[in-house]
Amino acid sequence: MEPDSLHRQLSVTIAHIVQRLRGSKLHSELEREARTCLHKSDVRIESLKEDLKDFLRKSGWEKKLQNAVYHELNVLPQPGHPAAPAEHTKEGLMYMRRAQVNWEKRVLKSLNSMCAELAVPLAKKRSTDEQKELLNKWNEMGTDEPDLSHFRPVYAPKDFLEVLINLRNPNYDGGDPSGLRGSWGLISIPLPVKDLSELRNLFTELGLNYEQLGVDDSMQIPNELFESEYLRLGQRVLSEHNSAAAQQYIRQGCPTGLRADMWALILNIDNQLEDSLYYEQLKSNVIQHDLLVDNLIYKDVKLTASNDDYYFVFEDYLYQVLLCFSRDTLVLDHFSYSSASPPKSYIRGKLALEDYTVVYPPNGVIPFHGFAMYVAPLCFLYHEPSKLYQVFREMYVRYFFRLHCISSHSSGIVSLCLVFETLVQTYLPQLFYHLREIGAQPLRISFKWMVRAFSGYLATDQLLFLWDRILGYNSLEILAVLAAAVFAFRAENLMEATSLATAEAILADLSTLKVMPLLQLFLFATSS
Amino acid sequence: MAGKVKWATDIEKSVLVNNFEKRGWSQISTDEDWNFYWMSVQTIRNVFSIENGYRLNDDQIVNHFPNHYELTRKDLMVKNIKRYRRELEREASPLVEKDENGKYVHLDFIPVTFMLPGDYNLFVEEFRKNPTSTWIMKPCGKAQGKGIFLINKLSQIKKWSRDSRTTTFISPAGKEAYVISLYIDNPLLIGGKKFDLRLYVLVTSYRPLKCYMYRLGFCRFCTMKYTPSTSELDNMFVHLTNVSVQKHGGDYNPIHGGKWSVSNLRLYLESTQGKDVTDKLFDDIHWIVVHSLKAVAPVMINDRHCFECYGYDIIIDDKLKPWLIEVNASPSLSSTTANDRILKYNLINDTLNIVVPNGEMPDCKWSRCPPKEALGHYELLYDEDLAQNEGVECEGKPRLGPALNKGNRLKDTRKPFSTWK
Repeated sequence: MEPDSLHRQLSVTIAHIVQRLRGSKLHSELEREARTCLHKSDVRIESLKEDLKDFLRKSGWEKKLQNAVYHELNVLPQPGHPAAPAEHTKEGLMYMRRAQVNWEKRVLKSLNSMCAELAVPLAKKRSTDEQKELLNKWNEMGTDEPDLSHFRPVYAPKDFLEVLINLRNPNYDGGDPSGLRGSWGLISIPLPVKDLSELRNLFTELGLNYEQLGVDDSMQIPNELFESEYLRLGQRVLSEHNSAAAQQYIRQGCPTGLRADMWALILNIDNQLEDSLYYEQLKSNVIQHDLLVDNLIYKDVKLTASNDDYYFVFEDYLYQVLLCFSRDTLVLDHFSYSSASPPKSYIRGKLALEDYTVVYPPNGVIPFHGFAMYVAPLCFLYHEPSKLYQVFREMYVRYFFRLHCISSHSSGIVSLCLVFETLVQTYLPQLFYHLREIGAQPLRISFKWMVRAFSGYLATDQLLFLWDRILGYNSLEILAVLAAAVFAFRAENLMEATSLATAEAILADLSTLKVMPLLQLFLFATSS
Repeated sequence: MAGKVKWATDIEKSVLVNNFEKRGWSQISTDEDWNFYWMSVQTIRNVFSIENGYRLNDDQIVNHFPNHYELTRKDLMVKNIKRYRRELEREASPLVEKDENGKYVHLDFIPVTFMLPGDYNLFVEEFRKNPTSTWIMKPCGKAQGKGIFLINKLSQIKKWSRDSRTTTFISPAGKEAYVISLYIDNPLLIGGKKFDLRLYVLVTSYRPLKCYMYRLGFCRFCTMKYTPSTSELDNMFVHLTNVSVQKHGGDYNPIHGGKWSVSNLRLYLESTQGKDVTDKLFDDIHWIVVHSLKAVAPVMINDRHCFECYGYDIIIDDKLKPWLIEVNASPSLSSTTANDRILKYNLINDTLNIVVPNGEMPDCKWSRCPPKEALGHYELLYDEDLAQNEGVECEGKPRLGPALNKGNRLKDTRKPFSTWK
């Protein structure tokens, strides 16, 4: 790239970040700190700027600023053309935007019709008695047994898959009507996705010559030297309070004792008083108002986590997190870089009047079947509801939202499906062909794994190793690679399958899989 | 194989039968010449009773020690542990070190317990020191949570005060005796719920002591939220973790059965509290098991035809201190969930692989030195022979089995633990 345009892009990015940080809580704290240090004797008028910077550096505030900038860099989309409208920042390809809008319409329609059918309002205020009762039961909502039989999840991953299968780029003609030379899979979009050599480049630290957690410790001869060194390094990273260093560190995995703090550092969550107060405020919103989506959340938890061997213990925490999440308007911020838009509803009696639209639910996210499983694994790390909530929210607005929106982003579910299908077709062609012949398109089986980021399919300790790498590489592409690696691992058995049902049975239980060796094998030992 | 191994049982459980059949053993009735008899605790009483007992041959093995009740009856277990501590005190062993409150530093692992009716007056004295405490009454001879209740007022156990003048502390019927223990009202809660640990321990010999811990233990969760509130004292769903009780609660889930693997517990504790304290907790648990076995070793009839697989019930309090609640001679072999069935099947399988090596004819003189590969999911907890051969090290504390050496227990400088008091 030309040094000029690089320079320009850099300035745009800097300006962007400055704009986002201006007026933030950190900004006012920095100002306050700067003001107090004016009284110090070693700060002089002549060298005010330098002395101030020095002070902020020494007192650790520079680090906080660094982490905040790093946080923004992780989340901000690439700066586009200055004249491009906002919707282009959300999603550059028009046909994708349109598809997402149509999908949202369908989902909202489904929600509204359920609402009408059951004659339950989308939102209503609770009576004082009801409020008191809920407050008493706040820590054990799992024992509550509301009648959920009439509620159905608004959609399940397989419904979403059908939409993705039917996605077409109207400007693209592959010139391959028979479909044999091109893609054998279900996704028919020509998105540019990484191939194996690019993936190897991306996931360098997973290479066979790097030591890992999740690989070495399962060997017969435990690699104690690496483990204890790595643990010490992790403790140093934590004490330095450096998000960027933490993100680099975690690419080789995270020791269990450090993980909670490491993830919080990478996600730039410091759980200050203001955050706990904010959580309490959300809780009081839950107490005061009853939302229709609450029932969807109850139902989802009851159908998924409550029956899960690993997560049933944390059922009550899931309600405490998800009910608050629905009411959190801060979540709306992420729509500026997501291809999705928050669903709108109307105040009763004011249908179609723009002035009376409200976002529904308040956080703009309608939960689907399995949504609770995004939260469940985090319960192993955080037992304090406010912190658990913050980590989940940050994980959602950074990563999970991409798993159920239609977009061209490299970590979006469409790209992940394409990466998966391309990898399997390129490196396991016999398997793919066989599965196709028996009516068991691989994506039909692996889609649900990727949409849930494998939560509920892997053993928790393995899942946490996987999510370590999601954070480390700031990308969800690893989910697609793992999905392909699983197929490679069970290829022999799958070749014997004679129907979709048998293929699904072979892949039904992933709880014994060791994630890191599988990934390493597939990425670095597959012959190109 | 010389002849086919003949097995018998009076407990018809599929996890047993399937394991015997897969070894190609043949079933015969219990009064024929069996080689392997998996018997109930009633039967073992008869086999070794003085009147109608009989001698076992070299090729006959049974799954209980004749006087296992020294460990598995609640009152006898307490009696033996107390006796063990007194013996160590007489030897001035560093193991019985006490803190400034008079509590044992290393051997305080059973909650304060008294036998009723014999120790009634002693109990009253203790109760009055702490009148707001809650105590748990357990009948000595029953299992599965039957007959257990909680009290927080002396009037609730008036019945035993009348009999306190009897001098024998086990009443003739044996069944009327109760133990009363201080209730651990600060259990560690996970997800707001109380749980206890069920661990399986295989003992192949008491003198020398050889015991193995099964890696796949599990936590049993109460379905209801834990509350120490006095209004819920009668609600057994809040307090008793026995599956036989929880199964009848409204929220019982037959898919997971309220059971959580010990590896989940470990992952959770390491992630939320750190690896060091978690390692220490598990070391403490192993310590409890070994010392409870050492306590009864001198009085156990160490018959070579016997082995036993115990179910240890342990509660962890909110300071991460484990407490031994009781030991079961006949841990349930019923399965409440699919996972459960697999676990119990593997438990029996691994047990048989150790006590009847290679599935060949049982031999009561077997070496009792299974090679590491034959252990399955068991790990060596303590082998007295090995410990003595390697010499007693560091402050006279016998070392735990090689598999558990990384606890650094020997360098452990224990602070006096605050117990329930």
